[in-house]
Amino acid sequence: MEKHRAGKLLLLAFLLCISAAFAVLNGPVHIPLNELFLDENRKILSLRLLRVLLAALTGSGLAVSGAALQAILRNPLAEPYLLGTSSGAGLGAVIAIIAGLSSIFLPAVSFLGALVSMFFVYYLSKRGNRVPVESFILSGVIVSLLCSAVIAFLVSVSPDEALHGVVWWLWGSLQMYDVKLFFIVAALVTPAMAGVYVFSQDLNAVSIGEEDALHLGIKIEKVKKVIFFLTSLITAGLVCVSGVIGFTGLILPHITRLWVGPDHRTLLPASCLLGAVFMIVCDLLSRTVYAPFEIPIGVITACLGAPVFVILMRKRQRVT
Amino acid sequence: MGILSVRNIWGGYTGIPVIKDFSLEVHKGEFLGIIGPNGSGKSTLLKLLSRILTPSRGSILLLGEDIRGMDQRAFARKTAFVSQDTHIYFPFSVMEITLMGRIPHLGRLQMETKRDIEIAEQALALTDVFSLKNKLIDELSSGERQRVIVSRALAQEPLLLFLDEPTAHLDIGHQIQILDLLHSLNLRNGLTIVMVLHDLNLAAEYCGRIILLNEGGIFKDGRPEEVLSYQNIEAVYKTVVVVNKNPFTGKPFVVPVSRERCRRL
Repeated sequence: MEKHRAGKLLLLAFLLCISAAFAVLNGPVHIPLNELFLDENRKILSLRLLRVLLAALTGSGLAVSGAALQAILRNPLAEPYLLGTSSGAGLGAVIAIIAGLSSIFLPAVSFLGALVSMFFVYYLSKRGNRVPVESFILSGVIVSLLCSAVIAFLVSVSPDEALHGVVWWLWGSLQMYDVKLFFIVAALVTPAMAGVYVFSQDLNAVSIGEEDALHLGIKIEKVKKVIFFLTSLITAGLVCVSGVIGFTGLILPHITRLWVGPDHRTLLPASCLLGAVFMIVCDLLSRTVYAPFEIPIGVITACLGAPVFVILMRKRQRVT
Repeated sequence: MGILSVRNIWGGYTGIPVIKDFSLEVHKGEFLGIIGPNGSGKSTLLKLLSRILTPSRGSILLLGEDIRGMDQRAFARKTAFVSQDTHIYFPFSVMEITLMGRIPHLGRLQMETKRDIEIAEQALALTDVFSLKNKLIDELSSGERQRVIVSRALAQEPLLLFLDEPTAHLDIGHQIQILDLLHSLNLRNGLTIVMVLHDLNLAAEYCGRIILLNEGGIFKDGRPEEVLSYQNIEAVYKTVVVVNKNPFTGKPFVVPVSRERCRRL
């Protein structure tokens, strides 16, 4: 069992290296390999590199959050955007634009919006010292809907043209020009993912049922809170640099689970690697298939992810 | 001193006590059955004893130590719990489920050692599901699944095993299989068992001591033949019954009589 696990993870790591290299070497503008590393192309190279890094970070963050949330909520439909952080980020961005803040502040303000909605969801769902799973989901949905309604209202009454850009931004994009911002987000998301991994055995126990987990000595309320905050931080960080990219956080954990099984000690690292590979490939397709136009990344993730998932599901005949 | 001493506990779900001023001493190696009508507080009592609920008053001592101050993991190394609801959401294998019984013995991020795997395999063998080891939990029948849950509890290596109607969804053959297994664990390994059962006859057959609960308190506590008298049962369950002796085992067995017939007599 141990050997299998290591083998699969190594294979995924290998795939990640190959896809990353391929994505750096290819793009909408064709540049031969020997010219790519010349000084005049340096800018293109660094842009591609940044994009690949952001794709990897986004894919792995979404996949890991999705897997952890599906476990604590014991719900196959759980995904990182379920608990309201993305709509909170969107609302933050809209308010920032209406207030006339410079676009440099956009990520910071949307992150703030995500944090506010996260705490809102948390306090709405809290019952005494406990956080029941059902009220978590309901509060997340309610906060999401409320934020979306306010966004729709603000966009419709505001004459500001820039707001239409926000709607586009919320659809998700991996375009990125600011290296510093990437490193700030990476410095937030990477430790949060590692933090989720530390709880992988707890997630195993909680995924079979809360009372069962308690009887196995797991402090379930603590685990639920920690996982909620860590996944919300990951999502909030990612949303403010790459917007809302659908499908990955929902389907990638399922695909990975079908392949490596539901043990989170393997599932989480495997989701992390596969999520990165998946997003790098999707991003490469989005910028090359229809060049010089860019297809929204969410379209690609759905078109690529759905058939792969159906094939895997049919093959295994076991839906999680 | 008993393995578990319950001292004047009060407790329930939302401030309204279901269990009222309840005391009990469970001795090492006992096979204790808890019976009683719906709403008498059987499951609540079991939840209080196993730390799912906290009593509002009174104390529970496990081997002399108050469980309220105990670490959750330390408690899980000494006690295990088998519930009646064995639905599992994710496709874990039988071995993976059983190995989860080792969680309270493992450190964070520590993988199972060879010894942990041996213990899990022993538990699987004891519950007669070793051959299913690599199957997925959702491919099993409910009887097999229940035995896997018992094997997970055994992998915890508990001193005390709680069971909440472990035979609720099983046919008579599987009921006997589970209870025979518990009986032999109790006899051979000295495992102390506290079990809630609906079926009075199974309780009579397997339990050395039975507690009849009524309205959150003990109505009668003793050997099966002392507790399962028709007077006691009629008083608590408000039903006319005939109590007879099983000709093979000498244990009492209870047969209900329909209201209609009673009236005609």
